Amino acid sequence: MTAPTHDRGDGAVASAETPVLQAVRMRKHFPVRGFRSKKVVHAVDDVDLELYRGRVVALVGESGSGKSTIARLLAQLMHVTDGQILLHGEDATTKSRAGFRRYVSKVQMIFQDPFASLNPVHTVRYTLTRSVKIHRGRLRGDELEKALDELLDRVNLRPTARYIDKFPHELSGGQRQRVAIARALAANPEVLLADEPISMLDVSIRLGILNLLRDLRDRLQIAILYITHDIASARYFADRTMVMYAGRVVESGDSESVTQDPKHPYTQLLVRSAPDPDDLDARARGARGEAPSLVTPPDGCRFNPRCPFATEMCRVELPPLFDVGVGRKAACWGYSERPGRPRLGSVLDAYGQRPPIDVNVVVRADADLAAAADAAATGTPGQEDLR
Amino acid sequence: MSAVPTRSVWTPGQVGRVAEPVLEIKNLSVDYGFDANPTHVLRDVSLTLNRGEVLGLAGESGCGKSTLAYAATRLLPPPGMITGGEVIFTDRSGDQVDVLSQSDQDLRASRWQDMAIVFQGAMNSLNPVHRVGRQISDALLAHLPNMTKKQAMERSADLLDMVGISPDRLRSYPHQLSGGMRQRVMIAMALALDPQVLIMDEPTTALDVVMQRQIVEQIAELRDRLGFSVIFITHDVSLLIEIADRIAIMYAGEIVEEAAAQDVYRRPRHPYSDALLHSFPPLRGPRRELGGIPGSPPDLANRPTGCPFRDRCAHVFDACATVHPELVTPAVPGDDPRRQVACLRHDPARVAAGGYEPVSVPLELSIR
Repeated sequence: MTAPTHDRGDGAVASAETPVLQAVRMRKHFPVRGFRSKKVVHAVDDVDLELYRGRVVALVGESGSGKSTIARLLAQLMHVTDGQILLHGEDATTKSRAGFRRYVSKVQMIFQDPFASLNPVHTVRYTLTRSVKIHRGRLRGDELEKALDELLDRVNLRPTARYIDKFPHELSGGQRQRVAIARALAANPEVLLADEPISMLDVSIRLGILNLLRDLRDRLQIAILYITHDIASARYFADRTMVMYAGRVVESGDSESVTQDPKHPYTQLLVRSAPDPDDLDARARGARGEAPSLVTPPDGCRFNPRCPFATEMCRVELPPLFDVGVGRKAACWGYSERPGRPRLGSVLDAYGQRPPIDVNVVVRADADLAAAADAAATGTPGQEDLR
Repeated sequence: MSAVPTRSVWTPGQVGRVAEPVLEIKNLSVDYGFDANPTHVLRDVSLTLNRGEVLGLAGESGCGKSTLAYAATRLLPPPGMITGGEVIFTDRSGDQVDVLSQSDQDLRASRWQDMAIVFQGAMNSLNPVHRVGRQISDALLAHLPNMTKKQAMERSADLLDMVGISPDRLRSYPHQLSGGMRQRVMIAMALALDPQVLIMDEPTTALDVVMQRQIVEQIAELRDRLGFSVIFITHDVSLLIEIADRIAIMYAGEIVEEAAAQDVYRRPRHPYSDALLHSFPPLRGPRRELGGIPGSPPDLANRPTGCPFRDRCAHVFDACATVHPELVTPAVPGDDPRRQVACLRHDPARVAAGGYEPVSVPLELSIR
């Protein structure tokens, strides 16, 4: 309750090089249920991550790649299996309730679904008052009123009087997400962990939320971790982008160069798979395969079963992050100096050819079907099962 | 304008031919609620799907895209009610039938055989306690009583093979398959009886982009091979521009623009289409400030008078408050005469009839 809430000075005193929040070789394994099961899901492995004041880092990856786990670990909603979380360079692992409170007043999280993250039986006023009272002490009367007004104003819910006494169901998705952001801001956080903050919202209001977060970054100098599966929005919003695949970071660098000149074959595949009406020919066609099982991840590089350039080396040895440019890293043996390294080419050429179509299969099936269709008369249940 | 070739991921084989409608939705209206004050979700929606074509249906959540698909197949659950209009399905042999007035028995026989649907969140619509093979053959056996179980299983194996899944997966339960594979199984099931119309309701929304591309390619390839028509519903306009031949944009239960995919992308005529296209940050090209669309969609229970988009529109003028726009050919010389837009900027006659001074089309909406 008496947590130091207005210690923004800390960040200013520390040199600009010290990250506000840092993860060092963070690892999370979930045990697999079952009798005497020793198997674990390798959700996050050896992730290093730094969040700086007033900068946005995007974490991009497909579902199941461990992005949300990272957010939850950083918010200390779960404990790390291995590795360290540092706040202003000091170990921030919380061991007590009070310690956790102190921690969350600096590191706040915004969840994906604003329909689920706000309690439907409470008004906006109650939700925000709770957060203000927990993190700023017992404000009352005019002081509290002023704080609430300021919060709603900060997330552009104006006039604030119109929204303060609403229930969540009376608000649209975008407005709800703004209330969730206001709730996080009530703690005066230094770090915002935004776990897919726009993916549940209507397309036309997504940019509004991203612009709001960017505005908060600029005005309040908050460090933001932006988790998304949409690499185009990472390019729009984030200063740095980290790409995850199967629990590991495969590439990191400034957003513009990661999206315009992806180095890791997986990033290339990701960028080339996104719909882009301007550039229909440069799409990766015929890519096959899926993310590996995280219970028994493949040896070596986790992308090797799908990688068109993989060599023996990739199947045996795990690639570290190599420097591939100013401030850029990629975990691919193709950038090493070792003999026998894979020779990287364009994924467009590698995936460009579509697999041949086996026409015979369908023709034969159609003949069967036509014969059977003659006899078909009445319908029986079936369609309804689909729903 | 019409000279611009319709480009999509695959070469549309049928597009060059004379458009032959396979599904015509005429003035379809749908209400939600049985009480005295129902919500009018769809108002006089008309849409034509031609044979062999991919028609994209785009819009925000709650704009009625899914309702339109369910109403057209009579799958709308209560309290949804079809209050008017007709849905004409044209057979390969040219026989026409109104789906909305078909007897239940005929409807049952024609569903899946004529029109199949891949539901939203299809990944979760498989029955978790039955093996995949049994679920596919169930549909076959229901529609083709003369088929033996063995034949049905063989056909199921062929179907799985067709969507790129190894036939030995027939004996798998749904939870043993990945999301993308379950989605393919659903597509294989929908294609089991060789339907002429395939309705896909957000088939790739739950998948990541790499898998989305695989599924979209699969659909493209299968359409080329089997020649069915597709209604593809999604909120992702940029995906539609790639895969659809034509796109209809919906807003607040009405179609506000309908045109060839590239026309919608390069030459949007409705302010909403234009704004929607600028709601997606681009992956390439210059990084610029984007604003999205201010405000939020109207509450359909209290539908505003006039144009439903007027509160969020950058080109609003006095007539928009009272005159309701209807679909007309855009007032831009040289436009494809088949494209339609529901905006008063393009309809001076209606504005004048309402007693207002017509206003010219803004520059952004008249790009050639």
